[in-house]
Amino acid sequence: MHIVDRRLNPGSKSLENRQRFLRRAKALVQGAVKKSSQDRDIKDVLEGGEVTIPLDGMDEPRFRREGGTRDMVLPGNKKFVEGDWLQRPNQSGAKGSGAGEGDSEDAFRFVLSREEFVDLFLDDLELPDLAKRKLAETESEGIRRAGYATSGSPANISISRTVSRALARRVALRRPRKDEVEALEAELAECDDETRRRELLALLDALKAKVKRIPFIDPIDIRYRRFETVPKPVAQAVMFCLMDVSGSMSEHMKDLAKRFYMLLYVFLKRRYKHVEIVFIRHTDRAEEVDEDTFFHGPASGGTLVSSALVAMHDIVRTRFRPADWNIYAAQASDGDNMTSDSGVTGHLLTDKILPVCQFFAYLEVGEAANYTFDMPDSSLWTLYERLRNEGQPLSMRKVSERGEIFPVFQDLFKRRTSQERV
Amino acid sequence: MGSSGELLFDGADWDFPTLQRIHDACEEVARKELGLDVYPNQIEVITAEQMLDAYSSVGMPLFYKHWSFGKQFAFQEASYRKGLMGLAYEIVINSSPCISYLMEENTATMQTLVIAHAAFGHNHFFKNNYLFKQWTDAEGILDYLEFAKGYIAVCEDRHGRETVERTLDAAHALMSHGVDRYPGKKTLDLRAEEKRAGERRQHEEAVFNDLWRTVPNTKAKSKATLSAERRRALLGLPQENILYFLEKTAPRLQGWQRELIRIVRHIAQYFYPQGQTKVMNEGTATYVHYRIMSRLHQQGRLTDGNFLEFLQSHTNVVFQPEFDDRRYSGFNPYALGFAMMQDIERIVKTPEDEDRAWFPDIAGKGDVEGVLREIWSNYRDESFINQFLSPALIRRFRMFHLHDDPAESQGIKVDAIHDERGYRRVRRELARQYDVGFVDANIEVVDVDLDGDRRLMLRHTTVKGAQLNETDTRRVLQHLADLWSYDVALTELDGTDKVLKEYVVSPRAAAVAA
Repeated sequence: MHIVDRRLNPGSKSLENRQRFLRRAKALVQGAVKKSSQDRDIKDVLEGGEVTIPLDGMDEPRFRREGGTRDMVLPGNKKFVEGDWLQRPNQSGAKGSGAGEGDSEDAFRFVLSREEFVDLFLDDLELPDLAKRKLAETESEGIRRAGYATSGSPANISISRTVSRALARRVALRRPRKDEVEALEAELAECDDETRRRELLALLDALKAKVKRIPFIDPIDIRYRRFETVPKPVAQAVMFCLMDVSGSMSEHMKDLAKRFYMLLYVFLKRRYKHVEIVFIRHTDRAEEVDEDTFFHGPASGGTLVSSALVAMHDIVRTRFRPADWNIYAAQASDGDNMTSDSGVTGHLLTDKILPVCQFFAYLEVGEAANYTFDMPDSSLWTLYERLRNEGQPLSMRKVSERGEIFPVFQDLFKRRTSQERV
Repeated sequence: MGSSGELLFDGADWDFPTLQRIHDACEEVARKELGLDVYPNQIEVITAEQMLDAYSSVGMPLFYKHWSFGKQFAFQEASYRKGLMGLAYEIVINSSPCISYLMEENTATMQTLVIAHAAFGHNHFFKNNYLFKQWTDAEGILDYLEFAKGYIAVCEDRHGRETVERTLDAAHALMSHGVDRYPGKKTLDLRAEEKRAGERRQHEEAVFNDLWRTVPNTKAKSKATLSAERRRALLGLPQENILYFLEKTAPRLQGWQRELIRIVRHIAQYFYPQGQTKVMNEGTATYVHYRIMSRLHQQGRLTDGNFLEFLQSHTNVVFQPEFDDRRYSGFNPYALGFAMMQDIERIVKTPEDEDRAWFPDIAGKGDVEGVLREIWSNYRDESFINQFLSPALIRRFRMFHLHDDPAESQGIKVDAIHDERGYRRVRRELARQYDVGFVDANIEVVDVDLDGDRRLMLRHTTVKGAQLNETDTRRVLQHLADLWSYDVALTELDGTDKVLKEYVVSPRAAAVAA
């Protein structure tokens, strides 16, 4: 007999098969992922998790027989005698025998890893105009170890390397060891013979001189850890969340906006090593705030969209050089704006904002019950529509239900042929 | 090794020397007392995750990659996590050496049970049962699987994963119709098979295809010379092994595609005996482990506590829910098989008058082990039940036979029960449930329209009015048409050759065959 311990063999031999299955079931799983992500907080989307997919979409067909007369032998008769008649179960096959295989496979829960989840979630999406702005890929420097050097800063002295070199040198130059000297001194102290004493003294002097000549650690022993810088391409992105928080924006509208921003964030996070978010809220004046204030802080006042654009422009100018950053902006508003502000807003967008932006989306949020599309277009919508018709790269959508967020997002970002416009 | 008295282990822990001791102790009982004849054993210790892995590739240690195994895995993992399903304690492979997997989580008692069950029970059955002898090649299977795995991987590199996947999907759909049911012309020698694979491929690519040589050059001549009979004979028709037929005659398949079909067919054939011997195989293994464990306990090599632990697992395994139990899902092969083996032991040792009347050949014969070995070698489930299900057992299980005719408005009829009038009918009906010839749809390739559009014609002869499920059938036929590259027609006939239904499916544009 032969015993083999296979426990250390690589497990998850099925990983490859699992991936093949996922690839195969992609459409189904993707549907399930989207459905499940509608129900949860979008931040949780990053966590991955369970989805339920119907297995019948993935079954493997076989020639199967059904119907006809059936004969079956069952165990556990209690009261029947030959010739009895039994009521048929309502549904044929509800209690069939011999249906051992293939049943109870109608749906099952499938646990996806975080990676798998987000991958499927964002699979067919793409950032617009990525290719156009090649300069967006900036170079930054990374540091890596690169052996030892004879010069450097004291902080980088490699003690072990230095000591071992010193030892090698001392051995090579035959530097007298401490116990050799001590032994001679001891002998000298006990020695009565004058000639021997003189001999010893001379020897001792010679040794001491040699010790002095050959230092324990010499500057030439010292080694420094060397680091070299390597260029590392880092793609970085900044996302501007511009939100109208004036009195007319309800919690529902903010929630819709938040979901959209979160999606955008997850999406950018996926594509770039480094993503920054800037939250700007505005009423008739704008301010940069943290996330919490952004979504929950109370504010009221009139509405001046241009204020937010001015704020964004300032921040871009001071902190995010368009040459180094991919700039994205998503603006959410119920569409109300002061009529007098339209001209200013238009100019700001056309001259300052849009030229530096990779992508600018305008999301008009509405109340759940409202039929947004039946209402007359808001002032902001009208303005943006006009700009868009003039050829400005603006994307705009209306949303009034949670469930619409993802489709809209997907629609905005889905992979397009080069000439298509959102 | 001392033959008695010394405990094999104490408590639940085990290590490799313990496994060795357990194996040797089991072997002693198996050989001396039961007279078992087994392949050399190889015992592999694996983790629960690896057990799941093994599960999802039909229990084989090396299997080619395919998405459906991933699906299996995901499904099983999900039910395992939910606690719907415990892991099997063991997986055993019909190969030489016979490989038994042991899970590391098992207690020492469980390992003893598994070794007795798999490494001796199943092992003996694999080596001695006539179906396995006829159809499987224990020496060659692992090498063959290795070859198949490598071959398919190379195909994926060369022809693209999707193309390979399409071919495999199609072959899988026809897998249950890729076996030879009757022995004779071919016995399986997987080693030679593997060796010849390369040569054959080249050869077949170069050589003229017999099928198309019979395609006439000029119409006038052909119809006269090529009679339908002769054509069918040339094509080896009718042929129920659809995969074999495709492999040999599908006009537009490439060499590597034929090889893939061949691989799927060989694997189907390899598993074919297992499907026909579930009750016997599990019954044998359970009977063997029960005997071995009891003897070890008797010899004082298992503590009472360990033996109780064993009995609990054993009882779970052979539990048979009754038909009106929520847990009922057909006969449990372990329960039925084990009960029958024990019943045979009883008949051989202490028969009643009834048993003497029913089983004159074995009743009171005295040599339990000899009788059982003889049975293990020469029967499959259907014949085993037909021959050895005793009235006593029919009564014990309180079996009854239901006849459900959809045309009958009164409902389902209780046709026979466990009484004098019913024994033989119950036994015959139960045996029929295990008859593969009866359970699988009877589908044959009957002809190819060589003069016309090369349409492939199949026939399904229905039994007891059961027709094919339409959705599935269309999808399977689609796969078949893709492999064949021309139209495929399937006709369903009843016993009197009356046509019940006809299907015609055309190959898809981007068909499998290039």
